Amino acid sequence: MKRATRRRLRDGVLYAVLLAGVATVALVADWHAIRLNFLDTPTFKKLWPDLVTVAAVNTIKYTAIAFGGGLALALALALLKLSPVAVYRWLATIYIELFRGVPALVVIILMAFGIPLAFGWFPPGGAVGAGVVALIMVSAAYMAETLRAGLQAVPKGQVEAAKSLGMSGTWTLFSVVLPQAIRIVIPPLTNEFVLLLKDTSLLSVVGMQADQVDLTQFGRNELNILANPTPLIAISVMYILISVPLTRLVAWMEKKQQRTR
Amino acid sequence: MTATIEKSGERAIEVRELHKYFGKNEVLKGINFHVNAGQVVCVIGPSGSGKSTLLRCVNRLEEPTSGTILVEGIDITDEETDLNAVRSRIGMVFQQFNLFPHMSVLKNLTIAQQRVKKRGKAEAIAIARANLEKVGLANREDAYPAHLSGGQQQRVAIARALSMDPDMMLFDEPTSALDPELVGDVLQVMKDLASEGMTMMVVTHEMGFAREVGNKLVFMDGGVIVEEGDPREVLANPQHQRTQSFLSKVL
Repeated sequence: MKRATRRRLRDGVLYAVLLAGVATVALVADWHAIRLNFLDTPTFKKLWPDLVTVAAVNTIKYTAIAFGGGLALALALALLKLSPVAVYRWLATIYIELFRGVPALVVIILMAFGIPLAFGWFPPGGAVGAGVVALIMVSAAYMAETLRAGLQAVPKGQVEAAKSLGMSGTWTLFSVVLPQAIRIVIPPLTNEFVLLLKDTSLLSVVGMQADQVDLTQFGRNELNILANPTPLIAISVMYILISVPLTRLVAWMEKKQQRTR
Repeated sequence: MTATIEKSGERAIEVRELHKYFGKNEVLKGINFHVNAGQVVCVIGPSGSGKSTLLRCVNRLEEPTSGTILVEGIDITDEETDLNAVRSRIGMVFQQFNLFPHMSVLKNLTIAQQRVKKRGKAEAIAIARANLEKVGLANREDAYPAHLSGGQQQRVAIARALSMDPDMMLFDEPTSALDPELVGDVLQVMKDLASEGMTMMVVTHEMGFAREVGNKLVFMDGGVIVEEGDPREVLANPQHQRTQSFLSKVL
């Protein structure tokens, strides 16, 4: 048998297996039950427009605040970790190990219920606000390590060139080192962003007021009210509609950047 | 006393009893060395001889362990000295070019002018363009470093240093990372600079450049200056055995 014929035969067998699998699932599945429970049109209509105008907007808001705050804190931690002063390096290491080691859910509960108990003080946004602060603290621990690696990946010659031109340490950091480090860490940071987007679902544990519900809390509420799992499919679609355009955009930006490099 | 002041007044760079350790390894073992204003001094020697370390001590990219370094009479090892101000008057060109890859050629040339020299944007751009013209790259100001050949990148790096109006230039093996056919353009730019009277300290393996352009040749080996003098004389008639053996290998 010729090699080309053999290859065609192999591909044919592989496609046949795939088709057989899909056909079996399609025949065995109870389509009526699936449509009624997961893709029920009247239920979809009841979710509108709060699914987008309240739940999705809140989820985006929590993610954006947690990511922005986390990134700023992470930068501070990464710089501490690269500090010439040993005590600063230890402090940063202890913080990172602590908040990477404890589950985000535990930190959220601690912040939401522990802070008011301990200090008699309620953060803005109540329990949800405290939960978002917890997400900032946890995501900063992860992003600090990413940023540190990025900062260290910028060649030493870049700093030397800036120094030799008389540029101060601060200017060197902000106009020479950081822009190059950020380019290096954009792919892993996108990953962090998507993880954080999904971690906002943990906030629903602290109890939310009606105007504070995120996608997950919204989905669970509607599941209880309507006694139909369709809302969970709806919020899943929303999560994907938020994350996929963003990851595609970053991938496109990366490709474009590679052309100028 | 007056005589010594006058003498040191014309010294662009003066190094006294310079020692440098990397850990326990002594790489500079008591260097005494000077570059007069307007001179081109070439430093040669085998790898590991300490010649690059000596050059990098002059703008304190390397921290000297002990000794004194005077740049235009200012002690740069003194804690009170404004190091950034001194550095902005010493241009430096690296073996690996070290252009900022995320900035266009023009931005590479203007950023330090604006941030260190506090020049306005229009003035910085005008000076940058004049220096690009000088190194023969007037038409590449919008390019990014990655789009330039090694020789072009090195000429941009020279133009970047010149845009700060330095009083002197340090060159750290400026042609060692270049393909042979690109070396000539960079050397030509350096020759032009020398003929304009720029004070230059050049660590190099280009013996032809040293012979043709240099006012003084310094041969280093094992962390000490073994021999120094007129380049034509040292190259043609080395006095020290180590110089003879090195030159017999490279010439």
